[in-house]
This record gives sequence, C-alpha cells and structure tokens, in this order.
Amino acid sequence: MQVFRYSQARTVEGAVRSAGTLIAGGTTLVDLMKLNVLQPEAVVDINGLPLDKVETAAGGGLKIGALVRNSDLAWNTTVKEKYAVLSEALLSGASPQLRNMATTGGNLLQKTRCYYYRDTNYACNKRKPGSGCSAMDGFNRIHAVLGGSDHCVATHPSDMAVAMMALEAVVHVSGPKGERAVELEHFYLVPGDTPDKENVLGPGEMITHVTLPALAGGTRSHYLKLRDRAQYEFALASAAVAVQMNGGQIARARVAFGGVGTKPWRSREAEKALEGQSAGADAFAKAAEAALAGAKPLQYNGFKVELAKRALVRTLSVVTA
Amino acid sequence: MDQPKLPLVDEVEDKLNQNGQKPVRGGLSRRAFLGHLGAAGVVATTGPLARGAQTETVEKEEKAAVSGAVAVTLSVNGKDHKLMLEPRVTLLDALRDHMQMFGTKKGCDHGQCGACTVHVNGRRVNSCLSFAVMHQGEKITTIEGLAQGGKLSPVQQAFLEHDGFQCGYCTPGQIMSATALLREPIGADDDAVRAAMSGNICRCGAYNNIVAAVQQARGSRNA
Repeated sequence: MQVFRYSQARTVEGAVRSAGTLIAGGTTLVDLMKLNVLQPEAVVDINGLPLDKVETAAGGGLKIGALVRNSDLAWNTTVKEKYAVLSEALLSGASPQLRNMATTGGNLLQKTRCYYYRDTNYACNKRKPGSGCSAMDGFNRIHAVLGGSDHCVATHPSDMAVAMMALEAVVHVSGPKGERAVELEHFYLVPGDTPDKENVLGPGEMITHVTLPALAGGTRSHYLKLRDRAQYEFALASAAVAVQMNGGQIARARVAFGGVGTKPWRSREAEKALEGQSAGADAFAKAAEAALAGAKPLQYNGFKVELAKRALVRTLSVVTA
Repeated sequence: MDQPKLPLVDEVEDKLNQNGQKPVRGGLSRRAFLGHLGAAGVVATTGPLARGAQTETVEKEEKAAVSGAVAVTLSVNGKDHKLMLEPRVTLLDALRDHMQMFGTKKGCDHGQCGACTVHVNGRRVNSCLSFAVMHQGEKITTIEGLAQGGKLSPVQQAFLEHDGFQCGYCTPGQIMSATALLREPIGADDDAVRAAMSGNICRCGAYNNIVAAVQQARGSRNA
C-alpha cells in the first residue's frame, strides 16, 4: 500500500473543503488500497461527522444519514416494517462483519467486483482510462448484460442501491457550491466511453444522507438475490420490487435489478408493462421480457438474461400473493 | 488519561495552504506529501481526542517512530496501548505487530475470510479492513479478552465441547463472530446461525460442529 496523509473531519464543510479521499467504513477503500487499485495521497476520516441517524423525514418518508451502518439500517424497525425490500437487500449483502462497518454512503459508492478492475496487471478502462477492457474477451461470466459499452461491462455490486432504486430514493449531496439533491435513478452513469466516471458527484462533493419517500398505503416490497452460494456472495441477478395493488390489479409498480447492469438498474419498461394489468403469470412474463429486451450478453454471461427474468417473475409472485 | 490528538483535516489543509501547497484531489505532489508528514507529527502531540472511552492501565508505550507515524492510543481488552503508527497500519497489523497479540489471525487480509474478526464497541468487524488510527477512543476486544479470571467464555467452552475446529487457524475469528452473534437479532434455527456465521470461512470444514457450538452457547446464555 502507498503511504498517505491521514486526517479527521469534524464538520461536513471540513470534509468537503479537503482534497482527500473520504473514508467511512473502509470496506471498499482499504481493500482496493491494498491492491494498489486506489492510491489516494490523502485520506479524510469522516466517521466523526453527525450523519449516523435514521429519522422520519418531512412528509413521512425516511431520512438515512450517510454514516448509518448497513446492519443498523437493515435492523431498523421502520425499515423492516415499511421498506422490507431494503432490509432484505441489506441482509443479503456481504457478511455480518462487513455490514457492521459499511455505511449507507459508502455502499452507494462501492466499486465493481470485476476481476480486471481489481488486478492492476490487466487493462481496465475504469481503473486506467484508455487502457482497454480485459473483460470484453475475457472471463465475463459475472459481467453486465444491460448498460454496457465497448469500453466497460462491469456490474455495480450493491444490493442496497437496487432496493433504494425501487423505493425511488433521493441522494443528498454537499459540496463546494452548496447542497443539492439527486434522484438515485439519475445518480449513476452508464459507462459509455468514460467508465471511470461512475456517478454525478462533482469534485469535492460528498453524500450526506439519503431520503426515501413515504410509500402509498398497502405497498408490498421484496428483494430476491440469486448467486453462486446461499450467503456472502455477490448477485448474479437480483430483483427489487415495490407494488401497490388495487384489488387484483397492479396499481403501481417499481422494479429494479442488481447483478445484471452496469449500474443498479431501474426498469421503467417492466413497470409500464405491469401497471394496470391483472397480477398473474402472463403480466409477469411480459414485464420480464420488456425489462431484458435490450440485453446484450457476452460470451459467458448469457444465462443472466433468463436468470434476471425468472428473478423478477418470482419476486412479483411473492409480493402479489 | 489524555489521548493523543490526531490530525484534523482543517489544520492539515491550512498548513498546506500556508506553504502554497493547496492540493487537488488525487493531485498532491510527493514533495508536498513528505513536507506534510512532519506537520502531522507536530499536531499529534497534545490534547485529548473527543471520542473518548478511556481505560486506566497502560499496557505498553511505544516510542520508536518510523517516518510518518502518528501517536495513537488504542484500548484493547481494557488496557491502553500508546503506539506510534503509520496511518496505513491496519487494526489487525497493529494488534499483531505492535501489541504482540497474535490471537487475531491474518487470513486473506481482504475481508473475505473472517479470521481477523474482533469487536469494536461490542460489534464484530474485520480488523484487516480498518486503519488502526481510526479506532482511538473505541473499545476493542480480541480473542485474548474473552476468558475472565482463567475461565473460558461460554462460546469458547462450547467450541471445545463440540470440537468446533480442526487446524484452529480460523477459530479465534469464529469465536469472536459467535460471541457477537449472541447480541444480534437473528433467528433461532441452525440456518440462521449458518447465515450469521457466513463471514467466517473454515478450510477444514468444521461447520457442523461450529453450528452446534454456537447453538449451545446461545442456549447457555438464555438458561
């Protein structure tokens, strides 16, 4: 690991003003610093900032501080009762130890698990722009079928962000030019020809909290994660769904996928295919087809297209049962 | 006892500004970096840190400093250790290399195996993925801190009775995880225990006996 300068921030302003890489839980940053994938010259510890609360937001939603640990959020009573999809997604991610460390803000900003990004011996446009993509003709079983480009097909690894996508979360950011709010749906960028640019955060900006809007009464939500082993593994395909029923009809549906996209993947196509339809195998299958219509499989990840479809159908069956 | 003051970001930035070395993210020169290390050393000598569980006994006092080391006091198993640590020293390496506490094991060193599991303020974490300087003022517990007055903890005793290990390398991490698990809101059945212990890998495959040991410890706690 390269040497770095360490300091602690006591205020959001101090953290924003600094030129350093911010560290909270450290579970991504320390890992990638050991691999020399990230080599910050200054690391600013933000764990002393007062951003560790889950509170009721104005309008009845939830305000989640950037430093709330994944395990605390998963076990929060309100989250378990009202936003089940978020609790389930969090508990399906990483290990209990990592969830005790990892934070809400850090989870949103975690880096891809692409083998070639994590190994400096390989070309990677995300790690070293212009160097090429080793996954394109490499072992690309875990890579994205949605949102990829000729320059990058790395998946975003978060489960939490997928659930938040289905809950229409808003990311609140503080920076040199003040505060702003960005809908999570518009927070991440697809790789295009700049895979190193993963989100809309500008220089010096940091996430301070995330808000979840209040859900309409009777909304049911669920997260299903499919992977190579039952625990402690990243998703090959996952589905997050929040559905409000009106009798046997789907009045409102929010759908997002993990493990298959270059960003946590909200599917407005699936939502459109579901809303106004009678809940049932026919509508679910059509939604799944619509969601994956634009899929572009690589040599080894074609199975993800079918896996994602089935994940959505199963998840919809659970929430509408 | 006073704890050393770790560098605050504003002081660091102001110092660099005075020297005409305002860094940009990712753009600090090596010269500016080396120039700053001295400043951090000066800053790190006075005043208590705000976050502050404090203990009474000082187990050891480290004086020798490598270039760039900062003064840090860590509270481990109820005893203070006054250390000089480079910021890149992980909590795991601080325990093993600076405090000579070898119970906590280094397996993968990337948060994937759980051998390095310790408790920070009562919660289990991977000590390999955390910098030691980030833990001043917190209560750290390692495998060496579980037995009290020569008596094994209920989890340690259960691992012995159920033969919850073979080679033993993962065992300290398994036991630290299992001990923290007793305080977590998980289900009662064996599957819940398997899920809650999934962050600890055992190459020997002692999993069945580990689950039995954890379940016995949970029962003994409830009894």
